[in-house]
Amino acid sequence: MAAPEDLIGVGKKSLYAKREPVYPQKIDGRFRRLKWLVMAVTLTIYYLTPWLRWDRGPYAPDQAVLIDLAGRRFYMFGIEIWPHEFYYVTGLLVMAGIGLFLVTSVAGRAWCGYACPQTVWTDVYQHVERWIDGDRNAQIRLAKAPWGPAKVAKRMTKHAVFIAIALATGGAWIFYFADAPTLFRDFVTGQAAYVAYATVGVLAATTYILGGFMREQVCIYMCPWPRIQSAMLDEKSLIVTYKQWRGEPRSRGTKKAATLEDLGLGVGDCIDCNQCVAVCPTGIDIRNGPQVGCITCALCIDACDKVMTRIGRPRGLIDYATLDDCAIEAAGGTPKPLWKTVLRPRTIIYFAVWASIGLAMLFALGGRTRIDISAQQDRNPIYVRLSDGEIRNSYTVKVRNMEARPRQVEIALDGLAGAKAWSIDGSRESAARSTKLDVPADSVAKLKLFVAAPGSGAAKEDFSFKVRSLDDEAETASVESRFERPEAGQ
Amino acid sequence: MADKRIDQPTGTETMGHEWDGIEELNTPLPRWWLWAFYASIAWAAVYVVLYPAWPLVHSATAGVLGWTSTGQLEAELQQQRAARAPLMRAIADTPIEQLGQHPQLMQAAIEGGRAAFKVSCTQCHGSGAAGSKGYPNLNDDDWLWGGDIATIQYTIEHGVRQPDHDATRMSQMPAFGKDGILKSDQIADLVAHVRTISGQQKPDAASRRGAVLFEQNCTACHGPDGKGSRAVGAPNLTDAIWLYGGDADSIAHTIANSRYGVMPRWGNHLDPVTIKMLAAYVHSLGGGEQAPKPELAEAGATNNGRP
Repeated sequence: MAAPEDLIGVGKKSLYAKREPVYPQKIDGRFRRLKWLVMAVTLTIYYLTPWLRWDRGPYAPDQAVLIDLAGRRFYMFGIEIWPHEFYYVTGLLVMAGIGLFLVTSVAGRAWCGYACPQTVWTDVYQHVERWIDGDRNAQIRLAKAPWGPAKVAKRMTKHAVFIAIALATGGAWIFYFADAPTLFRDFVTGQAAYVAYATVGVLAATTYILGGFMREQVCIYMCPWPRIQSAMLDEKSLIVTYKQWRGEPRSRGTKKAATLEDLGLGVGDCIDCNQCVAVCPTGIDIRNGPQVGCITCALCIDACDKVMTRIGRPRGLIDYATLDDCAIEAAGGTPKPLWKTVLRPRTIIYFAVWASIGLAMLFALGGRTRIDISAQQDRNPIYVRLSDGEIRNSYTVKVRNMEARPRQVEIALDGLAGAKAWSIDGSRESAARSTKLDVPADSVAKLKLFVAAPGSGAAKEDFSFKVRSLDDEAETASVESRFERPEAGQ
Repeated sequence: MADKRIDQPTGTETMGHEWDGIEELNTPLPRWWLWAFYASIAWAAVYVVLYPAWPLVHSATAGVLGWTSTGQLEAELQQQRAARAPLMRAIADTPIEQLGQHPQLMQAAIEGGRAAFKVSCTQCHGSGAAGSKGYPNLNDDDWLWGGDIATIQYTIEHGVRQPDHDATRMSQMPAFGKDGILKSDQIADLVAHVRTISGQQKPDAASRRGAVLFEQNCTACHGPDGKGSRAVGAPNLTDAIWLYGGDADSIAHTIANSRYGVMPRWGNHLDPVTIKMLAAYVHSLGGGEQAPKPELAEAGATNNGRP
């Protein structure tokens, strides 16, 4: 049988490509410093948030941000979300989605280049690599070097640090789901739940694999977002662009360029120093134009600016520019001012949609009541004839107290003349138009309520249950329900 | 043979396949993807050995671990039973009159009774315990033998009109018509009286004649005012609830032929805890009474009303 290589021709490409290793070179510049800042901010948020405290009184946890899966509550500073209010979370996700649209239409793949966890952690891992193995050239030499004690020691050190970072990454995640100090103590003393260790293990493994090995391949092969972004970008979006009209034809070295110029031959600013390729964390050549491998981290801008400054050429051969501006500049015109690029109908509409969802949610949040009632009429049987001829229906009434303190409420019948209600703990002798109920803090109280009304009346009669909190707020809520009687003759 | 070449616009090698001018390019997959594919094949091989996999004629290959879904279910049920055992013991150890003082036990008993009711009782009383003609509605506040929780438990345990069982609920109304005690016009008069005391019609000559007949024939069990007696299981004839119907024809049929509804004595079939839970459930349906009625206490010595 023929080897796979034979099937596609000798010396030609295989059906499966080996990963080309990427050894990004150290670089400093405006965008590198911006990336440091974003990394510091995002990692600080990630690691510190679960440790912030927020006093909610004795009946609720004091962790500022807590996703309590077992108790089905989501706490975020002064806001507590119940499962039925999950639309707030949905709204946040919609806002995040539209926010990404907005950012993409303004500044291309800014999310990919600066804030995406895959980018941030890959960046961290590449810094560790440079710290232990040296810069790009040292790393390439080490990779080619035969295995020896020094290489083994370096590799072991590197992967030990990788795994430590991975464990710290996975370890921080679980604190969002339980009281952080308690969980930390339980975790290190081996008393935490099995699922806590499993979560840390899984997240540490994915961090180690995705940040330590997969890196840019996650962006190129696994992540759907680059494909979506390609469709969202347009010729008015700021993207990292090599200004071909200015750079080409390339020359190798400034001296050669001077010679060519003296000869009256066309020569571009690009001296083909390959610095833009050397610093790229995904190993692409930006001079090939916009491509799916480019996460617009802008490190090539830093690298090129440095070179241009050194050879006395204007900066910005590689720059954040729109394709439109590139075309204008190539034709000798002046590019549009930045504000015109940022403020255009598309971005304004995205922002308007984004902001109105946010305002609507804030409005809803401000006006929401922290008490609610629901009533389910028992269907089997629908009605019961009592010995004195009255008809009884029964209802399962649920009162939701969303405040972190116990509340007493009054449930009253609204409508249904002559009817009286009593709970399963009471009796018909004690029946009244309303009944009191103690609802524990932050929970739902269920009450089976019997309602008896005169036997004569409509077969179906609508009425409401009204709930009112017996405290200073006197919050109210009501729910419609129905009383049913046997049809005449039954 | 396929013609391989480099595709000019992309600089990518073609696979040599062409359909109507559309060519397939060789864009290589990453090699790690290939290894992931091999790893999943290896995983499948391990899975096939460990778990039921290949369908055979009557079943599937068993797998080395011997796992079955029914086995898993049985294990989970076993776990549930074990977890419930202390609760069941607590219900068994608590006298039924005191169950109400332990809300959690009471709630557990009601839920257990709800499940048991679906198995043993719905055939006659209906799934919502609303009964039907001849089968009492257990939701209402009218009880033939008493509606406090202990009395309900007794009725369930010993049944109604069970032969060869002294403790059963026993009552029998004479078949006044069939046995020739009353003539049909006298029965019609009685019907008029019964419908008068239950507020279904106005007093008239027939009902006044019926009142005299009632005094002579019915008061022993139903009482002078027709309100019945739980000690002997005689229904209250003045209320709105009729086990066999409150219209004139139904009442006439009842007086002429009597009725003889029975209920099994569940003490024979169910364990005491289940009966206790059934009583708690029936008591919770809305008509449950708090304390035994005084008349039951008086009659208890002479009758099989209560233990």
